[in-house]
Amino acid sequence: MRYDISDEAYTTHEHDVVVIGAGGAGLRAAIAASQEGASVALVCKSMLGKAHTVMAEGGAAAALANKDPRDNWKVHFRDTMKGGKYLNDWRMAVIHAQQAPDRIRELETWGAVFDRTPKGLTSQRNFGGHTYPRLAHIGDATGLELIRTLQEKGVHMGMDVFMEYTVRRLFTKDGEVTGCFAYDRNDGSLHLFKAKSIILATGGITRCWAVCSGSWEYTGEGHALAYWAGAEIGDMEFVQFHPTGMIWPPSVKGILVTEGVRGEGGMLTNSEGKRFMFDYIPEMYADEFADTEKEALEWVDEVISGKLATKRRPPELLTRDVVAKAINSERDAGRASEHGGAYLDISWRTPEDIKKKLPGMYHQFKELAAVDITTTKMEVGPTAHYVMGGVKVNPESQESTISGLYAAGEAATGLHGANRLGGNSLSDLIVFGKIAGESAASRAAAMNGFTEIPEDEIADVISETLAPFAREEGENPAAVVEDLREMMQEKVGIIRTGKLLQEALKDLDLLEARAEITSPGGSRIYNPGWHQALELGAMIDVSRMCALAALEREESRGGHTRDDFPVPDHSHWGKVNSVISLSEDGSMNIEHTTYPPIDEEFKALLDAEDLHEEGA
Amino acid sequence: MSEDVTFRVFRGVGDAHGEALGKMVDYTVEMDEGMVVLDVIHRIQAEHAPDLSCRWNCKAGKCGSCSAEVNGMPRLMCMTRMEDIMEETPEGEPVTVKPMQAFPITKDLVTDLSWAYEMNKKMVPVNGPEELDWEFKQEEADRIQEFRACIECMLCVNTCHVLREHQKFDEFAGPRFFVRLAGLEMHPLDTESRIPEIKEDFGLGYCNITKCCTEVCPAGINITDNAIIPLKERVVTEYYDPLAMIARKLGLKQ
Repeated sequence: MRYDISDEAYTTHEHDVVVIGAGGAGLRAAIAASQEGASVALVCKSMLGKAHTVMAEGGAAAALANKDPRDNWKVHFRDTMKGGKYLNDWRMAVIHAQQAPDRIRELETWGAVFDRTPKGLTSQRNFGGHTYPRLAHIGDATGLELIRTLQEKGVHMGMDVFMEYTVRRLFTKDGEVTGCFAYDRNDGSLHLFKAKSIILATGGITRCWAVCSGSWEYTGEGHALAYWAGAEIGDMEFVQFHPTGMIWPPSVKGILVTEGVRGEGGMLTNSEGKRFMFDYIPEMYADEFADTEKEALEWVDEVISGKLATKRRPPELLTRDVVAKAINSERDAGRASEHGGAYLDISWRTPEDIKKKLPGMYHQFKELAAVDITTTKMEVGPTAHYVMGGVKVNPESQESTISGLYAAGEAATGLHGANRLGGNSLSDLIVFGKIAGESAASRAAAMNGFTEIPEDEIADVISETLAPFAREEGENPAAVVEDLREMMQEKVGIIRTGKLLQEALKDLDLLEARAEITSPGGSRIYNPGWHQALELGAMIDVSRMCALAALEREESRGGHTRDDFPVPDHSHWGKVNSVISLSEDGSMNIEHTTYPPIDEEFKALLDAEDLHEEGA
Repeated sequence: MSEDVTFRVFRGVGDAHGEALGKMVDYTVEMDEGMVVLDVIHRIQAEHAPDLSCRWNCKAGKCGSCSAEVNGMPRLMCMTRMEDIMEETPEGEPVTVKPMQAFPITKDLVTDLSWAYEMNKKMVPVNGPEELDWEFKQEEADRIQEFRACIECMLCVNTCHVLREHQKFDEFAGPRFFVRLAGLEMHPLDTESRIPEIKEDFGLGYCNITKCCTEVCPAGINITDNAIIPLKERVVTEYYDPLAMIARKLGLKQ
């Protein structure tokens, strides 16, 4: 079927639950909702099995205690809160730590095959900020295993899958979600989805930075759709720059190098050959990390030989925010590697071990950079990787501030606070994807019928969707996207200042004006220029959320560093989270709120001196 | 040290049957150090043809989205370095880029892969234990972790002559799905047998082990030797083993 560029015809679909996004969270939610008896539509921008989850490498964190019996959910909860610099929603951190082990084991009943311990249990590896080896993994391709397992389970659950569809708008009536509007990227056809519940599992936003580990998909539509519909969006100043992305050659800049390299004993060095991470151990972690190379090496020896660690961990395994900033500081001090990053060396381990535990990294460097990591150091540097911020949700149900609208995974906020621990993302997806799917299905079951969606609202989104075709003489949308990404890299990057953030907000207004008149040309059939012209709206608004929230937070904490406010402020900023919403007049509103006080039984699990309580 | 490169890219759509309606179009762009084929395609989109269609995601050989035929060879565009392409392309000739030829064409470099989605639904999934409590050894995992590395790029399906030349898409599951079936059949926690449908519905017999699929697999899976041949052996044992045949005739075995 060919659609003329001005054809406004659309098809209507009705489903109890519409899940937007088919990565780990979306698939797990769709499986849960189907199991509860709901009719489910799974709507996704790429083909099934290609979402970002497939790129996750190191593993999924769960306190299975298979490698170290000292581990349990309480330690995992404590590590997650500490890594998040205590801005996490502690209720989500409890649920996550308690439920992750069963979600991982469940995957194996559905066909996943994780690496084993000598006793035949799911093996676990060390990762930054986790006290014990905790990440279930398969080599360095854990995301592939997770998405394939969920995909293979999902296709047998009776759900309808709408592949290569982009959702343009959510509809609400009286504060309740009623449906959404999408177009098919393949043929350009238009689709109205009526729904009783909608789950946003759209992943993140990091395509807004020039150096990022994400694909074209990471343009923040979920965050923007929720915001435009009136939901609250939290913690948008917190963006995780993964310390180790590839930096050379230029065309691979940003591609992820798994933290698993450091978990397997990888060492970071500067141009002088010094293991610099010993100079960057924060006070709050001083007791837990080795302060000499000797002790760090002894820890690695213990771990590789399968013993329980008695030494303290190497500082390369500090949290990602700390390691990324350390690499940045070494570069600023003139001690960068040849192409402006740091060296990461795993070549001291045997080639067999490297190829078994890190096969993806071996091939990635060999084929893309002509570097053999079994003999040569890698060159790495920070890359925009993950947004801690997202849709504010109820921790028990994953429901947003709009009734019937749920969010899970990277699209939601709460679990990770100011900085996410590696490995906590994959377990986040399956724990909260399941909860969101169950909640959405049970809400749908209690409702009678679908709500009518006004024709004028439908006509409005159709005209907005087709508008780029009517525009001539505008720029190629790719040019605006490129300028946006360069601007965000420079002004809303790892190190921020009030002045740069104010400039960023002004630049975004100018970019928005340019975006509104881009002309992609071509037809409605699989037209990347048209798709990009439409994605720009979300990219600009999520970039604005980051810049605004970063400007407001006058301190440095986790994935937010202000050169003009370089230290954490525990008395005020350490206790409040930013909340962004759409004002009546269409402007972006920001305020700061707090989570309910933590229950004493959970508070007792945290490090008392970290909490900076008055009188403590 | 940058130099120009000319790409000759298929531009066009499929007719009602997915047959190509279009032509090869030349684009010349500048090339930087370390570029892969996909980078050149992106540069053509940015500088000349915003509506040039191509799929991609991870850009690191993990998702299997950007399959195409580059200089006639099926490859992932994200893992094919221009350095190597320039070496194999005759001086003064353009680099040709076409969509996978075995599948119906959607537009330009994008093909219709809905067959694969439907085929996946026909695979009987793992029937694992109810209780969340079991053990299996790394040696057992090793056998199928190779199969689990499949990124579903469909380059093997595109190359297999049973599908590419003879278009037996209705009778033959193709190499990707024999890898999937082998992974299911050898799964340490699985209790199902899929041998009857592997023989009848999925047409394993059509494969005459020419190993073309194995040669193009970017994940390095030994498709023919480790997946297809063991499945053929299981079919033989099930259907043609004399003792099993007698047992079946006597009603001792289904």
